[in-house]
Amino acid sequence: MSATVITITSGKGGVGKTTTTANLSVALAALGKKVVAIDADIGLRNLDVVLGLENRIVYDLVDVVEGVCRLRQAMIKDKRLNELYLIPAAQSRDKTAVSPEDMVELTDQLRDEFDFIFIDSPAGIEQGFKNAIAPADRVLIVTTPEMSAVRDADRIIGLIEAEEKGPGDLIVNRLRIDMIKRGDMLDTADVVDVLAINLIGIVPDDEAIIVSTNRGRPATLDNSLAGQAFRNIARRLLGETVPFVNLEEEQSFFKWISRLFRGSRKS
Amino acid sequence: MNVFKQLLGYRESASSEVAKKRLRFVLVQDRLHLSPDRMRQLREELIEVISKYVEIDRDGIDIVLTGDGRQNLLRTDVPVVRAKPE
Repeated sequence: MSATVITITSGKGGVGKTTTTANLSVALAALGKKVVAIDADIGLRNLDVVLGLENRIVYDLVDVVEGVCRLRQAMIKDKRLNELYLIPAAQSRDKTAVSPEDMVELTDQLRDEFDFIFIDSPAGIEQGFKNAIAPADRVLIVTTPEMSAVRDADRIIGLIEAEEKGPGDLIVNRLRIDMIKRGDMLDTADVVDVLAINLIGIVPDDEAIIVSTNRGRPATLDNSLAGQAFRNIARRLLGETVPFVNLEEEQSFFKWISRLFRGSRKS
Repeated sequence: MNVFKQLLGYRESASSEVAKKRLRFVLVQDRLHLSPDRMRQLREELIEVISKYVEIDRDGIDIVLTGDGRQNLLRTDVPVVRAKPE
């Protein structure tokens, strides 16, 4: 077995990198793949919270790099899925505690045991980003359909190309069909047109994501539009051809279903 | 006026269209590190050089930086009236 190392990055903060990392890791583990997710956002760790594993952290990424513990000791095993692990970021240190070479060495130690190694990149274009993409075989760029996010994504794509990591694949997150219909939100086609890289996923804006983060239970484990979108991306990562869902139809269908349930609960 | 606009179903161009136009422009600048000022300079010097050889219709000049995929293009449309004597 030799793992594919996939780095999730964006440039701009708050567009959904950590949510994406958590959901893709869970989705692939649910498909029977051996997955480890590494939080490379040192000093601002969050992947543990989104995965619901925050109260089980003993050691972290920096402890491994500095030899305080063995790699195995820093790997937290998920209780819901058999083959999902998390290596959390350190919270009381900063990005300079780890080097790009450290990240390559760390992932090399994991490659034989896993199918997928996900790395959640910090925002920005500095050392943390360089650490995160150094070992990457593939890079996924997350953006939202907003000018500032798309602009930063373009910067990041340029840097990824300069590092010869590819142009990467694009995930457009938090799409709102109502705003697109009104002409007040860039459509996926616009974003893809401007950035000119391959599209691998479209994720609708979905309350289920906030609820899932509240609970520490990634949306892919349950049924929601966003969860479905992440499961589709996971299958595309496995090389399957999965058509993009028609969000307009799906959203109205979901509304219809939920209205039906709400109605029946009242009666 | 606004009432009329609303009655006629008139709408200022959708904000997403505005965003797309502004994005295209700002991305080319970002990618090339070319400031609007340098761009103006480039434009003026280009026109100057072309004018040495041919007479051009200045009103019809369209020189823009644009993108084709991840490649940046300097698109230069200059209407030529006639050649200048050697």
